[in-house]
Amino acid sequence: MRFSHAIIERNVILLTVLTLITVSIGGLVQIVPLFTIENTIERVDGVRPYTPLELAGRNIYIREGCYVCHSQQVRALRDEVERYGHYSLAAESMYDHPFQWGSKRNGPDLARVGGKYSNEWHVAHLIDPRSLVPDSIMPGYPFLTRPLKYKDMSQHLAAMRGVGVPYSDDMIANAVADLESQANPDGDTAPLFKRYSNVATAPATGAAGTVTEMDAVVAYLQVLGTMVKFEKIDIKSLKQ
Amino acid sequence: MSIALPAAGAITGPRERAGYNEQIVRAFVAVTLFWGIVGFAAGVFVALQLAFPALNFDVEYLSFGRIRPLHTSAAIFAFGGNALIGTSFYVVQRTCRARLFGDPLLPWFVFWGYQFFIVMAALGYVLGYTQGKEYAEPEWYADLWLTIVWVAYLAVFLGTILKREEPHVYVANWFYLAFIVTVAMLHIVNNLSLPVSIVGAKSYSLTGGVQDAMVQWWYGHNAVGFFLTAGFLGIMYYFIPKQANRPIYSYRLSIVHFWALIFLYIWAGPHHLHYTALPDWAQTLGMVFSVMLWMPSWGGMVNGLMTLSGAWDKLRTDPALRFSVAAVGFYGMSTFEGPVMSIKQVNALSHYTDWTVGHVHSGTLGWVAFIVFGAIYYLVPVLWKRAAMHSVRAISWHFWIATLGIVLYITSMWVSGIMQGLMWRAYDALGFLEYSFIETVSAMHPFYVIRALGGVCFLVGALLMAWNVIMTVRAGVPAVQRGGAATATA
Repeated sequence: MRFSHAIIERNVILLTVLTLITVSIGGLVQIVPLFTIENTIERVDGVRPYTPLELAGRNIYIREGCYVCHSQQVRALRDEVERYGHYSLAAESMYDHPFQWGSKRNGPDLARVGGKYSNEWHVAHLIDPRSLVPDSIMPGYPFLTRPLKYKDMSQHLAAMRGVGVPYSDDMIANAVADLESQANPDGDTAPLFKRYSNVATAPATGAAGTVTEMDAVVAYLQVLGTMVKFEKIDIKSLKQ
Repeated sequence: MSIALPAAGAITGPRERAGYNEQIVRAFVAVTLFWGIVGFAAGVFVALQLAFPALNFDVEYLSFGRIRPLHTSAAIFAFGGNALIGTSFYVVQRTCRARLFGDPLLPWFVFWGYQFFIVMAALGYVLGYTQGKEYAEPEWYADLWLTIVWVAYLAVFLGTILKREEPHVYVANWFYLAFIVTVAMLHIVNNLSLPVSIVGAKSYSLTGGVQDAMVQWWYGHNAVGFFLTAGFLGIMYYFIPKQANRPIYSYRLSIVHFWALIFLYIWAGPHHLHYTALPDWAQTLGMVFSVMLWMPSWGGMVNGLMTLSGAWDKLRTDPALRFSVAAVGFYGMSTFEGPVMSIKQVNALSHYTDWTVGHVHSGTLGWVAFIVFGAIYYLVPVLWKRAAMHSVRAISWHFWIATLGIVLYITSMWVSGIMQGLMWRAYDALGFLEYSFIETVSAMHPFYVIRALGGVCFLVGALLMAWNVIMTVRAGVPAVQRGGAATATA
């Protein structure tokens, strides 16, 4: 029997099913292998889950829509590597839920901004960008100096573990204490350092040592791109 | 000069007034206009913020990072979405000769449920509740609500087709159906997330890192492919033949167009991730399919434009048709530009720059908004039983102001985007990068001002349309006495 498209046009259920099959193929081919092919994400040392303070900062970064203007993805192009540093590895954002690679650079890429400026620079810049960079078009964020809400931090870490980030029971139980510890380097930071490697601490900037939203954002910015120590790894081992 | 209302007699049969729910289409036309103006105004505001950052006022609720998602969502989902649902309810009833399924409860639930979703999402953005995934910013509670509304929408649309009195399902309905089904699939998969607490707004997405990037741009590009393209092709396939009073140019081409378009589009997502940590094989697949997509896109454009064969003279007298035809022209232009930009070497220059923004707007302003304007100018006299729009000259003015706005917008973004891309990769004689990042920002300023001016033009055109529609509805003389169904002839 000769095929006639009229068969499909007269049967809307058939049309719906065939449409669904047709639009499923591309996604299945492109998405499923990313979960099953082992070398999608490089094996490198150093990438760890965010500390509670960094995670709180990341949530503010998302809340303020920073990804709208800042990418976090250094492409494998000569000028980008020279401007921002080593091209981004998949491993570096493997604990990012959601990813924040971005799509537009109204401002510079932030994938490796960690450690490039001092905490004080970031605070001043976030409060009034044009006080440091006169031609900047970034909005000011003076309101970030308000206290951070973090009493439910354990629940956040537990949710992150729910989506696959390897937070231990210990990390979840001590989320609030770890957050305060990172913002109070004069206290006992040993438990924090035991749970998380390579943590940069900084004194809280709020009145009477209150942890502010600013502290969290700066802690997040300062860890970006610093987890993998590129001088210590063999580049050939990253080959996909 | 009066607006040509093609085949008014043919489209208003005796069953229409008794049989179809037109009240809901009128409601959708009204909210489409309203949200359109909100979306365009928000666009003008964020454009001005990029030119004059003081307009952020250091206030969290007004800062660019929160208002820009408001602009994109208002324009795409509120303006575009209401236009799609409204026109699909109009088209499906007429082409199936059947009243909406589940009427009145289910269709009105879709209407109010969708408006509620929009308000909920918009409030979320301003207050800072966002998933941080572009074009999928609403948090889990809004996503769940939208899923319920969307299932109801599918039920109304599919139910109406199932009880049709026409043997064939008309081609416009294939496109609407593909839009509804695919958007459901994309929405559900991309928004899978785990809420921190059932009483809180915050959630963490199920996928992370490179997989999340792939899922997001599979969603993101097909929000373009199925929300902003397939759905609006449904509008093209119904309204252009109606306005031109000509049948679709090629039935065979529409079959090829449909299946090729929906098969190829879904693969194009990875072209948003060239040279990133996404594996090369996926990037290459995305590029190859994006380039192939050029063909079905232009097949659709040819089908739309050639429908005008023998009726090109109508472009002189009917500015509403001019909108629809110019829309198809812009569709052709941006679906050529897209494949070019998806080529890795071109993308290396264009990505992260304003070129992308200009490209998107040639599609959204030129194609999406223009095809909607054309449909609205056609629909308003039909729905409110008027002989013609209040002012045909105002339609013409709207057309030229909006076109000027688009030209200002896309040309300024081409220049600024390509310039910024070139500045980022410029080296001086000693082999150092020539420009600091902030120098490339400063260079953008004049183009941001021109772009905002283009946006203002587009907004003024939309306000003119709103005025015209209101005057038509309120002051126009009914072409038909509002009486019983039996007297309803045009």
